[in-house]
Amino acid sequence: MTGAGLKDATAVVGIGQTAFAKQLPESEKALACRAILAALDDAGISPAEVDALASYTMEETDEVEVAKAVGFGDLTFFSKVGYGGGGSCATVAHLAAAVATGQATVGVAWRSRKRGSGPRPWKNTAVQLPTPAQWTRPFGLLRPADEIAMLTRRYLHEYGATRDHLFNVALACRNRANQNPAAMMYERPLTRDMYMTSRWISEPLCLFDNCLETDGALACVVVSAERARDCRRRPVYVHSAAQGLPAQHHGMVNYWNDDPLTGPAWAAARHLWKHADFTPEDVDVAQIYDAFTPLIPLSLEGYGFCGRGEGGAFTEGGALEIGGRLPLNTSGGGLSEAYVHGFNLINEGVKQLRGTSTAQVPNAATCLVTAGEGVPTSALLLRT
Amino acid sequence: MLTPVVDDDGAPFWEYAARGELRVQACAEPDCGELRFPPRPCCPHCHSFDSEWRRMTGKGRVWSYVIPHPPLLPDYAAQSPYNVIVVELTDAPRIRLVGNLVSAPEAPLNSVAQERIRIGAKVQVVFTDGEGLPRWVLERP
Repeated sequence: MTGAGLKDATAVVGIGQTAFAKQLPESEKALACRAILAALDDAGISPAEVDALASYTMEETDEVEVAKAVGFGDLTFFSKVGYGGGGSCATVAHLAAAVATGQATVGVAWRSRKRGSGPRPWKNTAVQLPTPAQWTRPFGLLRPADEIAMLTRRYLHEYGATRDHLFNVALACRNRANQNPAAMMYERPLTRDMYMTSRWISEPLCLFDNCLETDGALACVVVSAERARDCRRRPVYVHSAAQGLPAQHHGMVNYWNDDPLTGPAWAAARHLWKHADFTPEDVDVAQIYDAFTPLIPLSLEGYGFCGRGEGGAFTEGGALEIGGRLPLNTSGGGLSEAYVHGFNLINEGVKQLRGTSTAQVPNAATCLVTAGEGVPTSALLLRT
Repeated sequence: MLTPVVDDDGAPFWEYAARGELRVQACAEPDCGELRFPPRPCCPHCHSFDSEWRRMTGKGRVWSYVIPHPPLLPDYAAQSPYNVIVVELTDAPRIRLVGNLVSAPEAPLNSVAQERIRIGAKVQVVFTDGEGLPRWVLERP
């Protein structure tokens, strides 16, 4: 089998989600079960048929608990992917690989998180300081926002990108959320004035450069392309998939390689495009991991939508809006729909290719979905 | 404040720092000698497990900086807005260290006015008395 063995061999046939809110009363486990059952119902597949699971290492509800609660059959494949939001697309990729190679027949990927009402991970000082944090945290570089802000300052300096470019990203996501009744920022418009006068989180990043703290869960179902033809919904094929942990990488971000502004996206992108039948020019809609606005220009460069240093300028002229060159994060993304470690981007990619998004790109047939940039990452190309 | 939780690979860095020396791990293989940071057990270039700790001049330039604002851990919130900088060493431009720009070794993290911080500014390492945390002062204060 060549590296192209995964191409269109599997499809996402079910998606499910809970409500998104600052506070939901149920536990992460209960939310996970709801999202998974909703995804299976969407696919028209019984939980007893599920034999593969994938999630993130940061997922606190383990496979045993989920399988027992939901009533899965015997599992023959389970996988958890590390590095926080970098794992999102890899959960689907692992299931696709398992199904394509015959290790399983029905896979479910999920992420459940109470980040809105629960503790923020960086506040847990007991786990703050092992390698690699000994080189950053004692100096007050405490939060992911601080680590990404450091890259952002350098990026703005080196390439002449501006806060207006970051605002373009925040605005595109917010405009889409304003069309999505399920989004936390539905009916809450954003203006340039609001953005420019908002409080700092870590200069040069302000409040609106940061994703939302959210409670919620999502799941999706992966089966073979053959099986997918008999499911309830139009299949959305997993066309290409990749993880990316570049040579000499460090942790959350790498200030120590030759060029810290080329992150894991570049490594994932090389493999992703190598095994695809189309190019960045052919992507109809993109769901790009947006825990912070600057991840968008960095990812646009990494995934080949523009040249080095051109990511800021790419956002100009409504390029990221519906009707623009590359409609972005059409559910509102992590910045304005919900931050559930990027899983909502996967489900939104599926909705776009089904033609059921609340901000539908007409005739969308190809979608790029990416996972967290800065950390070891993953990405998917989906197609109708 | 958070203090470094040291691992085996990083321990020498902090031991030298406590003596007021900025040293970076280097491959001890004579034909190689590549510097590496953060420290690790073997050389990614030649795979030698022998390393030495090379003394740096302690001169560098600000590569980037951030100004964190709350919500932060309480000790840091008390000094906010403060700066965190990344310094590129003059001796070894690919070796970069996260630190703070201060007016004096023991001065607070917010002791240098934000307007005075800029990318490219020349800095010199200093060390705190107690823990020997490396910090940075402007070469032209």
